[in-house]
Amino acid sequence: MNIIETAGLGKNYGRTWALRDCTFAMPEGYLAALVGPNGAGKTTLLHLLVGLTAAAAGTATVLGGLPAGSRAALDGIAFVAQDAPVYTNLTAANMIRIARNLNRSFDPPYARARLDELDIPLDRKAAKLSGGQRAQLALTLALARRPRLLILDEPLAALDPLARHDFMGTVLAAVGEDGVSVLMSSHVLAELQRVADFLVLLTKGQVHVADTVEDLVSTHRVLTSPAGSADRVSRKLDVVQDQRGEAQAHLLVKAHGPQHPVPPGWEAHPAGMEELVLAYLRNAGKTGPAAAPSKPTASTGAAR
Amino acid sequence: MTALTLATKQNDAARPPRPLPWRRMVLVTWLQHRGVLSGVATLFGALAIYLGIMGLIIHHAWTADMGCHPASSLTCQDLAQSFQTRWHGGATIAFPLQLLPALIGAFAGAPILAREMETGTFRYAWTQGFGRTRWVIAKLALVGGPLVVIAGAFGILAYWYFGPLVAQGPLIPLDPRTFDLECLALPGWVLAAFAVGAFAGMLIRRVVPAMATTMAVVGGLGLAVGLYLRQHYLPPLIIPGANGPVPSAWTLGSWYTGRGGQVVSGYIVNAACPGPGPGNSTPGAPPQCMPQHGYIQWWSYQPASRYWSFQGIEAGGLLLLAILLVVATIWLVHRRAA
Repeated sequence: MNIIETAGLGKNYGRTWALRDCTFAMPEGYLAALVGPNGAGKTTLLHLLVGLTAAAAGTATVLGGLPAGSRAALDGIAFVAQDAPVYTNLTAANMIRIARNLNRSFDPPYARARLDELDIPLDRKAAKLSGGQRAQLALTLALARRPRLLILDEPLAALDPLARHDFMGTVLAAVGEDGVSVLMSSHVLAELQRVADFLVLLTKGQVHVADTVEDLVSTHRVLTSPAGSADRVSRKLDVVQDQRGEAQAHLLVKAHGPQHPVPPGWEAHPAGMEELVLAYLRNAGKTGPAAAPSKPTASTGAAR
Repeated sequence: MTALTLATKQNDAARPPRPLPWRRMVLVTWLQHRGVLSGVATLFGALAIYLGIMGLIIHHAWTADMGCHPASSLTCQDLAQSFQTRWHGGATIAFPLQLLPALIGAFAGAPILAREMETGTFRYAWTQGFGRTRWVIAKLALVGGPLVVIAGAFGILAYWYFGPLVAQGPLIPLDPRTFDLECLALPGWVLAAFAVGAFAGMLIRRVVPAMATTMAVVGGLGLAVGLYLRQHYLPPLIIPGANGPVPSAWTLGSWYTGRGGQVVSGYIVNAACPGPGPGNSTPGAPPQCMPQHGYIQWWSYQPASRYWSFQGIEAGGLLLLAILLVVATIWLVHRRAA
């Protein structure tokens, strides 16, 4: 079942399209990273998925076919917006009471136990919590809803390394215990490489990659050889990134089909996720907004 | 039969879940807005205590005044005179009270949505299971409702407080200073001000500018209604005569007509039949001067008997305005893209 599925999804602000013709699918059970440069449309996509924004074109469904933003969808999705907004004039205990009343299912004992574990006092107003504690409070309120899908918008941006680690620890525990699917946008590639097993790559309002990290890594290779033969080889292959040095050429290539033919005289290495992301971001930056990737990769997730 | 039950069950599963009960918003609204609700209650409470105590004193004096027989006796004249000199100042409280609707609009209405928009917490509230449209409806009702009830009670108290001052002296029933503080008009103004605040907050999305805008709009509306609009609620009555309408009527204007029924400027009339005045030491022209010249003085006024009609018209108009603004606010929340 696809926990998220979009078809031709688009959103414009006046004449500018923040998101355009966005088609991808994410199966249930993954912790997905949504990456892309600033202004790529990540927040717009996340807001469309939780119903904060209405689509100008196309459709978005969640939790296996529910329209994004519908009442049933709101019941099963928890969202933590950028900067983890909480009512700063209320205590954590009162935030829990509010969340319990605003939701069909909410688990106050779980929320209290988690805040206790995190040493966040229940009787302290959120205004007096640190940034990391506030993010943890927002995450706890989201997880205590027992969602099937957790959507996080830049949850790590304002956190120090230790708080990042703790925050991701909480997310991973929820994935492990409850099987929550997660979609989180972030710039912290190192952290994502550690935890994400699905990748959605967005540049200039378009989805360029949406696939499991496992598949991406297994279908991409870095080929290295003396620079002379690079042109001849790159013509035959689906090259994502072409880096030429004086003596050597590094080609990041995408393989289609089970075999990875390595041209004679070339060496092949597996590509890491961070390397892949950077290569795709550079590649998309060069080809410009209108150009689609050479081979559509956007729908590969749906085929699974 | 079994198949039918099964089919119904499957239908139930496919149908969207029933919305969460409205009562769930009571605690949510209370936790978030108890500060402003108790603030308004305290303010009205303190003012009510003042009006209550002063009102009792004034009513006591008035009862003594009314009970005096015979009314033409010197003692009674003295009593009436002393009531007037002593308690005419009781109407002064009307001026600070006039600020109440604007203050409530700014402090209770404007922040209710503007704060959510300014701090980004609307992204939290609108993605909870309750749903944003029902959330805003419940909030506006649960904050606005108590405000209207409090204002209604206070309006009745103000009507009672100003009663002797209307009967005995400085005020008339339709007095612009007190009319909108009484009975139906006050809750109408408070509700409209609250709706202006909520709408401005959702439109401007910043707390302080929304508060300032609300004060300006409600203040301006109050002046416009008091100075221009209210006198046209019903067509004014018109009578001829030198003395004008009874003192309890709300006199709107006066003019003169000549022999042919045409309107004549007051200067011309005054030149022909000079009246007694501060700049005029002569006793003034005799009463028959005006008819001799064919001049008639006309008065337009609203009689005191229209008090309740005017209360109903004002409250009804404000209720309509509030409904329009609340619907517009809900619509803004419903369609607002984050």
